Amino acid sequence: MSPGNFVALAVILFVIGAVGVLVRRNAMVIFMCVELMLNAVNLAFVAFARMHGNLSGQVIAFFVMVVAAAEVVVGLAILMAIFRTRRSASVDDASLLKY
Amino acid sequence: MHGGVLAISDVASTTQQITFWLLAVVSVTSALGMILVRKAVYCAVLLAVVMLSLAVLYALQNAPFLAFVQVIVYTGAVLMLFLFVLMIVGIRAKDSIVETIRGQRVAAGLAGIGLLVLLSLTVGHAVLGTAAQAGPSFGANNVYAIAKLIFTTYVFPFEVTSALLITAALGAMVLAHRERLTPKLTQRDRSRLRVASGHPAPLAGPGTYARHNAVDMPALLPDGTPAEASVPLAIRGVPETPDQQRTLLGSSAAVRGETGAESGQEGDA
Repeated sequence: MSPGNFVALAVILFVIGAVGVLVRRNAMVIFMCVELMLNAVNLAFVAFARMHGNLSGQVIAFFVMVVAAAEVVVGLAILMAIFRTRRSASVDDASLLKY
Repeated sequence: MHGGVLAISDVASTTQQITFWLLAVVSVTSALGMILVRKAVYCAVLLAVVMLSLAVLYALQNAPFLAFVQVIVYTGAVLMLFLFVLMIVGIRAKDSIVETIRGQRVAAGLAGIGLLVLLSLTVGHAVLGTAAQAGPSFGANNVYAIAKLIFTTYVFPFEVTSALLITAALGAMVLAHRERLTPKLTQRDRSRLRVASGHPAPLAGPGTYARHNAVDMPALLPDGTPAEASVPLAIRGVPETPDQQRTLLGSSAAVRGETGAESGQEGDA
């Protein structure tokens, strides 16, 4: 398998995740789409690591996973705090700064 | 002998191709489903499918360490965290299909197509060679090689990562913490409230005097009417909105009120 196929798959998954972030209204689903984008980038990193025969790409993918885990923890805690005060997880309802 | 070796590598590459195309179709379909499905829980399950297929794709590219980390950290920890929060936020919550900004979906679709074209052109222009000869650090020695890299070249980012993780854990604790607004009820307060309510005896267990003793079967009162309050709240259905809560509590209070005088089974929990 040439690495190009894996990179193409990563591109498709990344675009799907980006469209999901733009289209969906539920903050949880938006988070999941962000995770999908991070995963797609990881796939590209691994493909490039194999293409160049260099392990650095895999190490970077590992770091991306760690940062993504930290991001999810803080993001979900913020979501819980918002849900507690507004009883809603929709991004449309958190618009208090607009007025 | 030489031909035999070639045939084996041929079979291996065919297997790889079949696996790749199968998983590519599965992961793209599930990712598309993530956008289209309305319930957040289905979204999480579809994301699990994508992540597991990506783990297999990592294994296919001679990255066993990342494949395992993907399964353990992403599918095991991150996705479970998502599901936990989904359970708290409300499993039945559906996304509304009303567009808040008119034409947003069309615009998002166009932007997506634009991004796809842009990325495809960039990747297409880049020289994507074939895979380099798999060195000893790919495959069986992968974990050792990655450990060596992390603890030599990347040791500073690795240490910074620990600071990041501690900060994230602290931040989550601070954000999720809630100050108690009312004092906690002591045992003394509870017993006083129970006596003051007029029904000091405990509630009847579900199924008492009824035809079945299943937990969802309300107990029968002496006059033959079912006592709704004897069914545990979790089975009656936890009210989601204050309105539902009021109706639920109101109906059980009515049952208590009309039969409370003649029966000692009914009480206030």
